[in-house]
Amino acid sequence: MKVIDQNKSHLKSENSLLSVDNIRKDFPILDRMINGHKLVYLDNAATTQKPQTVIDAITSYYAGFNANVHRGLHTLAEEATSAMEKTRDKTAAFIGGVKREEIVFTRNATESINLVVSSWGKKNIKQGDRIVITQMEHHANLVPWIMLAKETGAELEYIPIDQNGYLNLSNINNIITPKTKIVALTHMSNVLGTINPVAEIISLAHKNNALVLIDGAQSVPHMPVDVKTLDADFYVFSAHKMLGPTGVGVLYAREEILNEMEPVIFGGEMINEVRFDFADWAELPMKFEAGTPNIADLVAFAPALDYLNKIGMDKIRQHEIEITTYGLEELRKLDFIKIFGPDNVLDRGGVISFVDDKIHSHDLSQYLDSKGVAVRAGHHCAQPLVKLLGVTSTSRASFYIYNTNDEVDQLVEALKAARRYFVNG
Amino acid sequence: MAEQLDEMYRDIIMEHYRFPRGHDKILNPDITKEGRNPACGDEIEIRVKMDKDKIETVSVDCAGCAISTASGSMLAEICEGKTIAEVKKIAGIVKALLKGEKFDKSYDIGDIEALQGVNKFPVRVKCALLSWTTLVDAIDAKQTGRQLTASTTEG
Repeated sequence: MKVIDQNKSHLKSENSLLSVDNIRKDFPILDRMINGHKLVYLDNAATTQKPQTVIDAITSYYAGFNANVHRGLHTLAEEATSAMEKTRDKTAAFIGGVKREEIVFTRNATESINLVVSSWGKKNIKQGDRIVITQMEHHANLVPWIMLAKETGAELEYIPIDQNGYLNLSNINNIITPKTKIVALTHMSNVLGTINPVAEIISLAHKNNALVLIDGAQSVPHMPVDVKTLDADFYVFSAHKMLGPTGVGVLYAREEILNEMEPVIFGGEMINEVRFDFADWAELPMKFEAGTPNIADLVAFAPALDYLNKIGMDKIRQHEIEITTYGLEELRKLDFIKIFGPDNVLDRGGVISFVDDKIHSHDLSQYLDSKGVAVRAGHHCAQPLVKLLGVTSTSRASFYIYNTNDEVDQLVEALKAARRYFVNG
Repeated sequence: MAEQLDEMYRDIIMEHYRFPRGHDKILNPDITKEGRNPACGDEIEIRVKMDKDKIETVSVDCAGCAISTASGSMLAEICEGKTIAEVKKIAGIVKALLKGEKFDKSYDIGDIEALQGVNKFPVRVKCALLSWTTLVDAIDAKQTGRQLTASTTEG
């Protein structure tokens, strides 16, 4: 991963790296008025908005070359197949130039993890084995492992977090042991924003002959990721959190692992030969993609990747460091707001979870919405983590390429106004 | 929108939110029941002290939002001294009122009428319902001798 120059990031208070004004013009939804105010969209960790090129691609597909893929011999079928498979090539290139056979398309990151658990997990995890995850996992990378541990009798061990929102690795050699068969962890926490030292953990896991699954739902959209350099065995993410359409998820896994895995969904598209009493599987990655895929959205994921490539993931990361720095600075000025997660902006993504000491996050986000500011409130699908923080829910502002420092100011103003409304009113 | 917001956070609701009734836990309850709102993670605990077939007092322990706190406070206030049948009737009215359905307007529900503004915010209806669902489940469980499991606003 690229090392960021620490001195540089704190100098600028204005967003200068990206031409955010121009970027904003590509996102029609950003002109929307919400309750009489211009939309300030700060819920990007949940899903990002879509540029016009992505929106147009869906229409172009249905209007111009709608056909089922991989079987027709007519022009439309060839065009649809080629467009969809081009997305696979671009996806493979985007995460560090892996083989196209190593990219399996799913519905979302959740389904990707479930595929690994149902196929690789059920085949390889036995009673007495150990599964290691962390206390900061999203339910998607938590519940499937709980179920697998229950079903197989394997142990489920957690890497704890410390008070600052980092993984506490002081006892890691007693957690990742030769008994460990798989370590599954998030690259970037969707609640705390913490960027985890995944390369270090992968290396330790491999020394113990354990495989590693990285939940990249929050990292791939926001920073350069090279799964080969990281040496990840499984890496999952979702298109809709990176400008792409909903309904497209990605599972990357090393080819030799995918070859050893059995499919979990059976039917068309995934077979090599079928007789009345026999079937064997298609080549990678098709054996994991039974049935007609989500062609339109897969086709429309390509312009999302093009858009991110055009800007450059280094610049996107730098922009988010700047806006998060500014956001943390401004929010820290409010003595009624408590912020969670690492203090050092270089250790976190563009996610700021916080609570008001008097106002419940539901009331707060409802009030912010009345000012046009969209944030997420609740447990962010990470109930055990949020409980660990000593609260039942938090509010979360999360940034992307089109967000500005002005929008941070609007958030801060709305938080002050909420205070007048609920507390001093 | 500001108007709609004010309609939900009416003065009566804000007053119940700031000074909730039934906030002190009953120490020797006849029924204790937890309730959860999986959508937001809020948890409450309801305790009921009975006097024969009447409810003597109810305590509602929650760290919820303004709507959930105010609704719980109104519950504690209105249920005191009511029979189980009356409480169930009121719970039915609250549900109808929150969901924008018809209800018996001749029945005096006091401050609860102020919860009407919540029905413009469907996501928040669950917040207002949590204490009521939990109380009715608690009474039903007590009456039928069922095992008490946490109530939820789902389903």
